[in-house]
Amino acid sequence: MNVTIVDYNSGNISSVINSFKEVAKDKVNIKVTSDLNKIKSSDKVVLPGQGSFKSCVDALNNIRGLVDTLNEFAVSNKKPLLGICVGLQMFADIGYEETETKGLGWISGKVSKIDNQNGKFKLPHIGWNQINIVKDSKIFKDIENNSHMYFVHSYEFIPNDKSVISGTTDYSSNIVCSVEKENIFGTQFHPEKSDKTGLKIIDNFISL
Amino acid sequence: MLKNRIIPCLDVKNGRVVKGINFVDLQDAGDPVEQAKIYSDGGADEICFLDITASNENRDTIYDVVKKTSKKCFVPLTVGGGVRSVEDINKLLNCGADKVSINTAAVQNPEVVVESSKKFGSQCIVVAIDAKKKDDKWEIFTHGGRNNTGIDAIEFAKKMEDSGAGELLVTSMDRDGTQVGYDIELMSKISSMVNIPVIASGGVGNLNHLVDGIKLGNASAVLAASIFHYGKHSIKEAKEYLDSKGIPVRI
Repeated sequence: MNVTIVDYNSGNISSVINSFKEVAKDKVNIKVTSDLNKIKSSDKVVLPGQGSFKSCVDALNNIRGLVDTLNEFAVSNKKPLLGICVGLQMFADIGYEETETKGLGWISGKVSKIDNQNGKFKLPHIGWNQINIVKDSKIFKDIENNSHMYFVHSYEFIPNDKSVISGTTDYSSNIVCSVEKENIFGTQFHPEKSDKTGLKIIDNFISL
Repeated sequence: MLKNRIIPCLDVKNGRVVKGINFVDLQDAGDPVEQAKIYSDGGADEICFLDITASNENRDTIYDVVKKTSKKCFVPLTVGGGVRSVEDINKLLNCGADKVSINTAAVQNPEVVVESSKKFGSQCIVVAIDAKKKDDKWEIFTHGGRNNTGIDAIEFAKKMEDSGAGELLVTSMDRDGTQVGYDIELMSKISSMVNIPVIASGGVGNLNHLVDGIKLGNASAVLAASIFHYGKHSIKEAKEYLDSKGIPVRI
């Protein structure tokens, strides 16, 4: 099996690569590339993302044909895709970080700044927070409710259809921390930095 | 609920862990990769490496340490010491660091913070503020605590937030290595001035100091070195102690 981590200059993806390689061992090939043919022939795709919504969308668009290839992979062919952090946020129709920017539009909704209640909550939301699993998700197999995950973000994904939400976390309000819509999975937290429970989520995705 | 973080810091010199008492009298305390792994297995919320020889020779040893550590530790890894340029930051991130802390360069050339936070995202840019009390204010020191800049630490903290820093690592130079506790006044003043998380550092001698850093200093995270790596306390003990004092921690 081939799992491709999309390398599209979205910031630092070393930890994503290290964690997937650690979990995959020799059972699964982990590729790190933006090569369209390699993505097309993959069994699963991981879409990481660091920095701003706009910078990640711009970086995707800078690679000719990449968005079309991802659309084909995830929307037409319905193959499993995992978005991490801004990778998840880009599923939205629109994001408001820096400036209004169009997202991939896979899960209808928007990405807005977390309401910090006039400074009562520090931003970015950095550190370990517990997840509240609100629906069965394949990537949460054997993950206990209220497990701790590592977060670093100032913006949150607000999907229109709440049924896609698989987990929330409490920071200022109930923030969407994971989604599942058919073959499309996303985590706002960083499984690659969430120690053993994070690696288990990666394992669950690889084992789908 | 967001938990307060406990961050063991490993001072690294020539690829080996040391801890200075006020930055002199170094003692070798082992292999950084192994130590980091012990800490992450023990429940450390993040690991911090401070390369204290970075500005001199043997600069490249830290890259090797970071590379090896990031393949074994799956909690966030912050690396600082001798980070001068956007290119230095890029190199550390590519080796597997999750965050880079910038000290002297942020003071001498704040553009490094502006540029790097734009390029890599604020989430990986930590500005390290080394401050010493003078009369009723605090002044910024650079070059591992050797140079006094005369810059007001509180104002500088605000400026760094505006420049794009994602977190501030605040070290009291008066307390560092003394084990008498954090400079609580400094921590709480900076924490109330900025809206980004503050990591308290410098002076931890017992577990109660960690409690004070969070409860009185309003720090989001507490960093300590010697109380952990000379085996005085385990991360687990520290967390259980904080928990018993009503501080939310990941256990």
